[in-house]
Amino acid sequence: MTALVLLDHESGQIRKAALSAVTAAARLGDVHVLVTGDASVAQAAAAVAGVSKVLHAADARYTHELAEPLAALIASLAPAYDHIVASAGAAGKNVLPRAAALLDVQPIPDVIAIESADTFVRPIYAGNALATVRSSDAKKVLTVRSAAFDAAPAEGGSAAIETVAPVDSADVSRFEAVRLSDSERPDLESARVVVSGGRGMQSEEKFHALDPLADTLGAAVGASRAAVDAGFVPNEYQVGQTGKIVAPELYMAFGISGAIQHLAGMKDSRVIVAVNKDPEAPIFQVADYGLVGDLFEVVPQLVDALKK
Amino acid sequence: MKILVPVKRVVDYNIKPRVKADGSGVETTGVKMSMNPFDEIAVEEAVRLREKGAATEVVAVSIGVQQAQDTLRTALAMGVDRAILVLSGESPEPLAVAKVLRKLVEKEEPGLVILGKQAIDDDMNATGQMLAGLLGWGQGTFASKVEVADGRVLVSREIDGGAEDVSLSLPAIITADLRLNEPRYASLPNIMKAKKKPLETLQAADLGVDMAPRLTIVSVAEPASRQAGEKLGSVAELVEKLRNEAKVI
Repeated sequence: MTALVLLDHESGQIRKAALSAVTAAARLGDVHVLVTGDASVAQAAAAVAGVSKVLHAADARYTHELAEPLAALIASLAPAYDHIVASAGAAGKNVLPRAAALLDVQPIPDVIAIESADTFVRPIYAGNALATVRSSDAKKVLTVRSAAFDAAPAEGGSAAIETVAPVDSADVSRFEAVRLSDSERPDLESARVVVSGGRGMQSEEKFHALDPLADTLGAAVGASRAAVDAGFVPNEYQVGQTGKIVAPELYMAFGISGAIQHLAGMKDSRVIVAVNKDPEAPIFQVADYGLVGDLFEVVPQLVDALKK
Repeated sequence: MKILVPVKRVVDYNIKPRVKADGSGVETTGVKMSMNPFDEIAVEEAVRLREKGAATEVVAVSIGVQQAQDTLRTALAMGVDRAILVLSGESPEPLAVAKVLRKLVEKEEPGLVILGKQAIDDDMNATGQMLAGLLGWGQGTFASKVEVADGRVLVSREIDGGAEDVSLSLPAIITADLRLNEPRYASLPNIMKAKKKPLETLQAADLGVDMAPRLTIVSVAEPASRQAGEKLGSVAELVEKLRNEAKVI
């Protein structure tokens, strides 16, 4: 059996989450990947361990991974594959269900475990239940949760690169602009340590109280939906059912109460630390270590103690 | 231009779902149900577009059991003009829902279909994209801003590293993200008025759509619960535990 993985990338770099999709696909069979963009991206894809063939969609219409042309291309390539896989990021979630509809297949999103070629485990109800589902479709279209699969090594492979010709699709969409937030910190979804703030951070200025701690730990900074809605940080910081799903080694939650929708995004972290004024905050029910206190006093003390 | 807004009746987002003892699913009997939060945002956006003059009529549709009419009445109370209920039985899959919606689109000929980005019960995030694929229309998913002008719609989309703008020719499909707007509350007079607005009921079978599921639920289980942690007395103790017990720093 052979699986086709849509290997999404940003600013010429293959996303780490996409490498997790390669690991998942390798459990299903031989792995071919589809990449858009420059030849350099195709070369990077060819070096990924476990990839046996790279299909490079070099045509400009695929550059921005617009769903309409890319789903049509995936559907045209589908006859050669038993499984079509992508990471469950914004790109995969945008493109794969459309491709599945063109193939008359019900997609299986956010897979966290592969039981067999047709049976998969996925969280439902904001991660409050795990459903094991068996697909009766001839072809399986799935997105995989990157936190559940290790990333395939970016080096060590030497796959052949084949350029795929564009296929016709209705000209109904146009890319206009992209605004990426510039952050020098590690990517939230792949960081080993995540330091997150909630409504308890009080303001946009005060949210920066977490910066020295994040710098000391080499951590990514996250936020609860309350902090995002209050305008303290941009929405790409959001951890939760409707934001990013993370599973770092260490997750530190400051001023976060622990609503169901937030827990859905971080409760698979290895170690969870919660600092909150309210001893009754639900976050303490999932935290390995809790500290009841004022985060604005705790954070500087933590930074000092960590530097010792 | 007419706008079609599909809405779903789901377990209220404030309720902690309970897995049934036999592992066949999640308990929904006797549980408070509400409109899917993302669909409230979709309804709000459609009503705002009509208020701005960009649309002339907003039609809400729900697919599922008879009780979904309550969800449609909520949409009508928020300002939707009329509603369609398609009876199909419990929890149809996104593929089947998209096929029902395609039939309704062919009949109603809307200029825009605005859906929520995902339903908080099955967490699929697929119906909007699938409908767009079936119709061959452009899709603006995870929308945080929508502007209709000159036969096109400009959509700001939330993506992993920030935001992206795409423009789509009409007709098109949009799926609403949380930040698109703040949905209004239905006032009591509007709730009363909503009772008199038209609500048409159809059978999925009459639309010629096969509702048979493609995915069989083998089992539904509780996720492994985390072990109870401990509350510590000081920062020094926390750092010591992280270093020597958890070994994460």
